[in-house]
Amino acid sequence: MVAVKNHHHGCMNPKAHMQKEVSLEKAMASRVIAWPLKLYDCSLITDGASCLILTKPELAKTYTDSPVHIIGSGQASDTIGLYERDVYTTLNVGRLAAAEAYSMAGVSPADIDTAEVHDCFTIAEIVAYEDLGFCKPGAGGQFIEEGQSHIGGEVAVCTSGGLKAKGHPVGATGTAQAYEIYLQLTGQAGKRQVADAEVGLTHNVGGLGATGVVNVYKRD
Amino acid sequence: MDEIRPFTIESFYSFVTEKKLMGAKCNNCGRTSLPPRPMCTACRSTDLAWQELPKQGTLLTYTVIHVAPDRFSDSTPYAVGIVEMKENARLPGAIRSIDPKDLKIGMQLTVAFDQEMVVEKWPQWPRYYFKP
Repeated sequence: MVAVKNHHHGCMNPKAHMQKEVSLEKAMASRVIAWPLKLYDCSLITDGASCLILTKPELAKTYTDSPVHIIGSGQASDTIGLYERDVYTTLNVGRLAAAEAYSMAGVSPADIDTAEVHDCFTIAEIVAYEDLGFCKPGAGGQFIEEGQSHIGGEVAVCTSGGLKAKGHPVGATGTAQAYEIYLQLTGQAGKRQVADAEVGLTHNVGGLGATGVVNVYKRD
Repeated sequence: MDEIRPFTIESFYSFVTEKKLMGAKCNNCGRTSLPPRPMCTACRSTDLAWQELPKQGTLLTYTVIHVAPDRFSDSTPYAVGIVEMKENARLPGAIRSIDPKDLKIGMQLTVAFDQEMVVEKWPQWPRYYFKP
């Protein structure tokens, strides 16, 4: 269902690598890559680039009439060895970085209108719903089943198409997430625009969850 | 008595050639690092001792690889899992001698050792794997 959603979002993003709808039946019937993950659970190997202009608030208006503010930022690290972790149903770095970012921003998960999360595999997006506090631990599956992460749901997740459909140009993925949130908070996201998006979030993970960064953004 | 081998992954594999599964036990906090690290990952002490671990453990989680790197493509589908040998001492590895469909989280698995040398530059040691 995550793949179906993100492919659907990707169809509305002219810069997405994969602009093709996929049905639930087709995704479920695709070949196994690493059980239980199938072809449509896996993100894409993509070439791509992205960039941001970071500056102080006082100077932002000299570059653009519509800046977006980073109001919270969190970073966390963990052992890269999966065998050294106590749990496999959460990424410690996601939870810790999110707590830090929410605290700095002075917002709660319920305040987030749209988020770009690290959907390297579909399960990673479901775990991210839980780690970011969009739903309770264990309720991530239900969250997507209810359409809460669709555009128009509780929080629109991966409107760009995510790593799944927009693509995963590894070095560019993090800033590409910020670019999508910039488009959303400045009302430039076209067909995939989230109505009245005011607060956005990016969640980027590296090294099997050895490192994680969460940023919270607010429109001007 | 032998000179104490450094607490490295290389030493871990040199013990594997002797069909031993060795971890580094921290003399300060008691935690066992497996594979060993030169410093305790829990309390950062470097006061460590080699500890032989039981060869039987509990399967914590696993996957079944259907699309493999070239080197392993002849073996697909094959299972890879994480096995807890004792508290806090877990080891990742291939699981053989069982149909992946019969694997169950929580089942007991035993460590076994390859007879053949691995034809890579490093580590030139036999591999270990798990079996029921």
